[in-house]
Amino acid sequence: MSALPLRTREPGPQRFRDMSVKVGWGIVAWVVGIAFFLPVLWMVLTAFKPESAAETWPPRFTFSPTLSQFRLVFSGWGPYVTHSVIATVGSTILVLLLGVPAAYALSVHPVKHWRDGLFFFISTKMLPIVAVIGPLYVIALKTHLLDSIWLLIILYTAMNLPLAIWLIRSFMLEVPSELLEASELDGAGRIREMTEVILPVISPGLVSTALICVIFAWNELFLALNLTVTNAATMPMFLISSVPQEGLYIAHLSAAATVASVPVILVGWIAQRSLVRGLSMGAIK
Amino acid sequence: MAVVDTSTLLAPEPVVRPREASRRERWQRRLPLLPALIYIVIVTQIPFLVTLWYSFQNYFFDVPGGAHWAGLSNYKSVFTTAAFRSALWHSVIMTVTAVIVAMILGVLFALLLDRKFIGRGVVRTLIITPFLVMPAAAALVWAGPMLDPNFGLLNYLLQPFGVHHVAWLSTHALGSVIVVMIWQWTPFMMLIVLAGLQGQPADVLEAAKVDGAGALATFRELTFPFLRPYIELGILLGSIYLVNVFDQVRLMTNGGPGTATTNLPFYLYEQVNNAFDVGGAAAAGVITVILTIIVATFALRLFARVFQFEGASS
Repeated sequence: MSALPLRTREPGPQRFRDMSVKVGWGIVAWVVGIAFFLPVLWMVLTAFKPESAAETWPPRFTFSPTLSQFRLVFSGWGPYVTHSVIATVGSTILVLLLGVPAAYALSVHPVKHWRDGLFFFISTKMLPIVAVIGPLYVIALKTHLLDSIWLLIILYTAMNLPLAIWLIRSFMLEVPSELLEASELDGAGRIREMTEVILPVISPGLVSTALICVIFAWNELFLALNLTVTNAATMPMFLISSVPQEGLYIAHLSAAATVASVPVILVGWIAQRSLVRGLSMGAIK
Repeated sequence: MAVVDTSTLLAPEPVVRPREASRRERWQRRLPLLPALIYIVIVTQIPFLVTLWYSFQNYFFDVPGGAHWAGLSNYKSVFTTAAFRSALWHSVIMTVTAVIVAMILGVLFALLLDRKFIGRGVVRTLIITPFLVMPAAAALVWAGPMLDPNFGLLNYLLQPFGVHHVAWLSTHALGSVIVVMIWQWTPFMMLIVLAGLQGQPADVLEAAKVDGAGALATFRELTFPFLRPYIELGILLGSIYLVNVFDQVRLMTNGGPGTATTNLPFYLYEQVNNAFDVGGAAAAGVITVILTIIVATFALRLFARVFQFEGASS
């Protein structure tokens, strides 16, 4: 009888210690998470300040929030956001139109040198686009594409296509071979195989491919800055234009940065699961 | 949930080889690939050929008369000016430091997030957010609200540690730019390593625990070797993007003070936009491409090793 209480009490402290270790690491994780998020939080907070409260020492954490900075942003962002949406959506559609057949030719019914093909595509991602910016400018000038939204669509497509081909291919390899064989037995041609078997199965994969392309195209600055002026200037350039030569601008800048970043942040939050696969170009499932 | 083992790549070809494909069949296979292939060749390769041509030309936007043959003089000036070498060096420092530190932090954060705790999903979401912020926005927000000497949040937070109104972007320009690169790319590394951790077989870890292995020994002997391909993948992909970093340099320091933060992308940008020197920029570009090809040859080999290559069907 006397041994019994001892035995039941014994796991108590042990469990308590496990518990507190667990809680301790949980707290560390929260602190790290909040610290990492802090600059984003500060950006959003500053966006709601009146300009006079944004540049103070010490920095102010309490203030009466105002939407005036956002109003200012929305009054000026029209052309920029239109260009960004057209360039992003246009290039993403083009990437899918070119990428799906190419991925098919490198996976389901592969060409002979499919490995070389894959590596050729990825090797173009490694060549720095910055190295050709001067000649690219001259080419754009001579083809009358300078400062046109088409130029951005063309270049963003080339920028995202290799990644998309690798990614879509990884989804196509997961289409069960029984399905493909069944459709072949049915006498379905290549086109019907694609539209009736492959596309329905990989459609979630195509959505995450599109999201990755949207993220990179929306955020791109280097090409837009070098090759556009007004007719095709995108959201990152809107941000630059919100920094004036003189005067207070921190709150206005923060509002513009928040507005410019929110679409991609939301897309990334929603698509967290497929983000890893997309960023690793299909290597991590 | 795994970067598949490399053995599939090295495995012998399947025994049943498809019958010698007919001419028609070969073209049927090739056809879907052609649009993308031709597109990429035109858009990415032609500019490189044009760059090669301009690298032998004397061509300034602001000098009338257009381009004329200049022989190797552009290359000579690239090699003799210190500016190119210094930009190359800054590119190397920035990329290597940012990739390594981001990876170390990424591994640590992934280990934290691999444990169960209340609100794990929320913390994960908080940590990945910096990667999603538009780089131009991140650069401008860091340069202003965060790092400003007079009202920046960082100086305020570091006050208890004896930091007073430091003008980070003039006194620690290179470090500041690298910090922002790390801040944006740590989440990327973390996501990749976390995927690796979660694919780790639980029974092996359990067995190690039963055998009385400490946490550190378990990490060194089991977890780290298992994570290796993920870490290599993260470093490889991170380097591809980070070597091209431009937004932060242009918007935080504009390459300065002096040329303290001028990396290759910014140097080439300046050659074209401020010096109007297309020929000089082209020569520097060609050299950059050659250097990249050397590095990329190793990188591609790593790619082949790291990536899953389940053979394509039939």
